[in-house]
Amino acid sequence: MTGPSSPVTTASPTIPAPARAPGTPPRLRTPRVRTPRRHTAGRPRRSVLLTVLTGLVLLYSLIPLLWLVVSATKTQEGLAGSFGLWFGGDFALWDNISATFTYNDGVFTRWFLNTLLYVVVGAGGATFLAVLGGYALAKFDFLGKRAVFAVVIGAVAVPGTALAVPTFLMFSKMGLTDTPWAVLIPSLISPFGLYLMWVFATEAIPTELMEAARIDGASELRTFFQVALPLLAPGTVTVLLFTMVATWNNYFLPLIMLKDPDWYPLTLGLKSWNAQASTAGGDPVFHLVITGSLITVLPLIAAFLLLQRYWQSGLAAGSVKE
Amino acid sequence: MPQNTRRLLRGIGLVCALALGATACGGSDDDGSGQKQVSAADIKAALKKGGKVKVWAWEPTLKKVVTDFEKEHPAVDVELVNAGTNKDQYTALQNAISAKKGVPDVAQVEYYALSQYALTKSITDLTPFGADRLKDSYSPGPWNAVKSGDGVYALPMDSGPMALFYNKKVFDKHKIKVPTTWDEYLQAARKLHKADPKAYITSDTGEAGLTTSLLWQAGSRPYKVDGTKVGIDFSDKGARTYTETWQKLIDEKLVAQINPWTDEWYKAFGDGTIATLPTGAWMPANFASGVKEAAGDWRAAPLPQWTAGAEASAENGGSSLALPELGKNKELAYAFVEYANSGKGVQTRISEGAFPATTKDLKSKAFQDTEFPYFGGQKANKVFAESAANVADDWKYLPYQVYANSVFNDTAGKAYVSGTPLSEGLKSWQDASVKYGTEQGFSVQK
Repeated sequence: MTGPSSPVTTASPTIPAPARAPGTPPRLRTPRVRTPRRHTAGRPRRSVLLTVLTGLVLLYSLIPLLWLVVSATKTQEGLAGSFGLWFGGDFALWDNISATFTYNDGVFTRWFLNTLLYVVVGAGGATFLAVLGGYALAKFDFLGKRAVFAVVIGAVAVPGTALAVPTFLMFSKMGLTDTPWAVLIPSLISPFGLYLMWVFATEAIPTELMEAARIDGASELRTFFQVALPLLAPGTVTVLLFTMVATWNNYFLPLIMLKDPDWYPLTLGLKSWNAQASTAGGDPVFHLVITGSLITVLPLIAAFLLLQRYWQSGLAAGSVKE
Repeated sequence: MPQNTRRLLRGIGLVCALALGATACGGSDDDGSGQKQVSAADIKAALKKGGKVKVWAWEPTLKKVVTDFEKEHPAVDVELVNAGTNKDQYTALQNAISAKKGVPDVAQVEYYALSQYALTKSITDLTPFGADRLKDSYSPGPWNAVKSGDGVYALPMDSGPMALFYNKKVFDKHKIKVPTTWDEYLQAARKLHKADPKAYITSDTGEAGLTTSLLWQAGSRPYKVDGTKVGIDFSDKGARTYTETWQKLIDEKLVAQINPWTDEWYKAFGDGTIATLPTGAWMPANFASGVKEAAGDWRAAPLPQWTAGAEASAENGGSSLALPELGKNKELAYAFVEYANSGKGVQTRISEGAFPATTKDLKSKAFQDTEFPYFGGQKANKVFAESAANVADDWKYLPYQVYANSVFNDTAGKAYVSGTPLSEGLKSWQDASVKYGTEQGFSVQK
């Protein structure tokens, strides 16, 4: 494409400098950018190409959500009979929501509470254990620390799905399958969270501060709760968010552990509603599956919005050396 | 031979493959011969004594049956659990059997999946309970499906004698005659698609259940099963008859590419995109609940024939209730299964919209004269009952049909998306099934 041998190129002196990407807006429209100033961190460089790409990715990730919101406003018939990304004839959102909560004797509420239980106890517990473990590994020297490191790194590499069947066999020997414990106990362990807290604690808690606390006569527990824990807050929130999302969306583990619909989390419950459509004599309730899904994602969105600022600072921690 | 059997027992089932070596699947140790007879008096005594029966089933009409049964036998507590639908439930059941914990006393198993459990003896032979005496009360297709060797491994719950459901409104609009042979069906498909390029005679994206049913009707018998000896062959005359016609439907793009059981599929029945559906007689309930907007448009007709004037039919779908070997309270469990599938429960289930497998009910006047408001008042059960009587009873599924069906789309299903001929697709399905069977310790002949 460079084509220096082509005779045509010599005949076209008006070709602009090749450095400008196609689609660059005319210079007149953005006069301020033209000021010949160095790009600093305070004034990040603008790139149209990057903006367009980011926009596309944003669109790509928002369209399913838009579809979900729009579809939740339709009746079962309207769902089938209208364009997916725009509202249909009748606005049935409120009907759908109340139907979702009342269908099958209100089992959806039960699933919602189950999920909350799994998240509060499972993800909360996992975070607490990760913080304790991470702190201990970062700030104390003990025999076998390297072995623990190897085990944790190994555990991060093994996907939970691969462990599901062995876990099932183990739990069924203990008689715990088909009880909420079967979902809660495995959720309490988060190798990735532990690793994250370990790295974070190493950076975030100056050992001198702990020594100072000890000299002042604080017990180890008090040092942990009153000195270390506040410093670990951003990391803790990050781990909490990760484990929350993982537990909220957990599907495979409850799928093989639970048979009793009364203990289903939302993921399994919605799946079972969806499967109704494909059985002889079943009742297709796609509109309820969709509305239920929308209700299911809302708490996660809320959690992200509320915890976001801690999370951001958490991810950035340790990146700047002071 | 013992070596072989052990390999077979260990290997069978999807989850067992995952948990390989952890424990033997369905490892029941008794050889099945020393079972004691259970008399009617034993069952009566057990019912009086009472106890708990745990049932895993997704069939919706069982709810009412359970209520009635408990009212009749107050000492018995039946716990009905929906542990997932078809494949999900089989995985769960296989898991529970592997773990030897949490196995239900009664499980719903579809006909195509039954022999897998029967072969590994993970479900109970019901002959000692007197189940073999019920032979004449069931139509031939379902009865053949619950039998394996000399044993009866479940009682048929419902059946799916096939019929052709068609959208009369669409047919009338384009002046298309209801096809009586598959050749006429092909003509109708061409005529319809020409008249309305958005309309298709049916939808098929490659579905193992439909394909095996149509092969069954065409007289093909691809699977030969004798204990652990298995034969798989998709090259007989019946299979050729099927592939020749179906190939034309695919080549001329006369079948819609809409996946079954999706909302799009239900929608296509409503708006006339899909004009017919050859399937089991259980479908009317799904039409009534899933395609409300087309009420009155649809009708049922006999399944088109491969040879003009013939009266061959086949089964599609249908399930049974079986007693897992590791379940408890066998007498109570059997009493419930018999109540639901052969006794009073059948009537309850029919009135809730299920399609029975019992000849007495199929032939009864009340059943045959039932008018279907959804089908414009048609007495559709007449069509279905006739079909049920015309089902050939020598069809066999593989002892690992659940696995085979799960790889259908990767093999035969290619014919629907690429230029691979359907016959070659079936050949590669055959190869994949042979390979898996051999790996599981079956002696497989092609």
